[in-house]
Amino acid sequence: MTNNAVPLSYIFTLILAMAARIAPLPPVLADINPDWVLLVLIYWSLATPERTGVFSAWIIGLLVDVLTGRLLGQNALIYAIVCYVVVRLHKRIRHYPIPQQSIFVFFCLLLAYLLTYWLETLQGKSALSLHFWWPVFSGALFWPVVFILLRSIRIRG
Amino acid sequence: MLNTRLLVVLILSVTLLVTDYKTDKLQPLRSALAYVVYPVQLLVNLPEDIYRFFNTSMMSYRKLKTENESLKRQQLINDVKLLKLAALEKENIRLRALLENSFKIGEQVLIAELLSVKLIPYEHLIIVNKGSRFGVHAKQPVLDAHGVVGQVIRALPNESEIMLITDPDHAIPVQVNRNGLRTIAIGSGRMNRLNLPFLPNNADIQPGDLLVTSGLGGVFPQGYPVAFVDKFSAQPNKPFALIHATPTAKLDKIREVLIVWSHSTPVALTDEKPAEHEQDGNDDK
Repeated sequence: MTNNAVPLSYIFTLILAMAARIAPLPPVLADINPDWVLLVLIYWSLATPERTGVFSAWIIGLLVDVLTGRLLGQNALIYAIVCYVVVRLHKRIRHYPIPQQSIFVFFCLLLAYLLTYWLETLQGKSALSLHFWWPVFSGALFWPVVFILLRSIRIRG
Repeated sequence: MLNTRLLVVLILSVTLLVTDYKTDKLQPLRSALAYVVYPVQLLVNLPEDIYRFFNTSMMSYRKLKTENESLKRQQLINDVKLLKLAALEKENIRLRALLENSFKIGEQVLIAELLSVKLIPYEHLIIVNKGSRFGVHAKQPVLDAHGVVGQVIRALPNESEIMLITDPDHAIPVQVNRNGLRTIAIGSGRMNRLNLPFLPNNADIQPGDLLVTSGLGGVFPQGYPVAFVDKFSAQPNKPFALIHATPTAKLDKIREVLIVWSHSTPVALTDEKPAEHEQDGNDDK
């Protein structure tokens, strides 16, 4: 693996994740569309924590803020905190079997969505419906797919 | 090392959040970042674009011809209606001048095309392809051919974010077209429904009533159709009735919208204005 290969595949996968994040889907699918960007960030924080960590997650979060029309810093803050947790624990999590990793990812997503919920309510947004929490579950279910896909990209890249 | 980084990032984020919430000083930063993410939005929009391109270029000659003919007929009908409208508009202005009431019809519009992206599942935000480079700014009303769509909440250089009237955080001042009863229509979070939560049980409103913008609030110009009332049920045990309305705009099917520059400042009725209207009246004769 060359030095260049990691950032390139990192950027490429994140662009795809951002596209998936805002893809126009039919209503039911749109409700369960997980935060792909965060899933990809979690993967890279697990796989290459020395190169892709808190700071790059923050920058990506800032871009996602603009992309999805949030307050600047909202997703940046959340992504940075989640990636901090992942980088902290990456040595242990990396050796877990995939289903167990899914449970860990579930709690990461739960943390992220709790923070989102809190920040959105602080801004005086009206009560969010229960649909708001579905991506936490769907994200954890999609984790094996994300993991296997990104691992093949990383190994080939 | 990691802890310091997190601390730096936390402080930065909170500063950004507070600044962005309280002021609009971060607009240049957001515009700059918008240039970076714009390609992603175009990428997501690409399949739709390709589909539309092939759809129009593969259309048969006969189909195009019938469509053209029906459009021409429609145009003729609209033209006739407009003829009448011009006269009515003049008359209305004259009458309102008599009542010493200020009113202005006629707005400048810009046609913008939707990018087919879904920003966030729990809000009704859409993106259109015209932004501050075309002079679009926040709080502009947005319409389609059938009625009010929403309002611009943020203008970026190449695109602007529009909040639909069905967003749970959106409220629009409306009045019943039949009798002028004023109220507020609030988004329900569903594409086909608005709620009217502030009308008493004995309010004079019934299913089928057309709701139009009342012009109060200064964002939406007066008199554009918003929704049809489709459900009215009195709730004797509660202070207000349960009223649902369906937006007239095809919110889930729109491809193109009109961004409107309305003259929200009322016309000053000084000495010269009525004189001007008088002149217009004379021209008519």
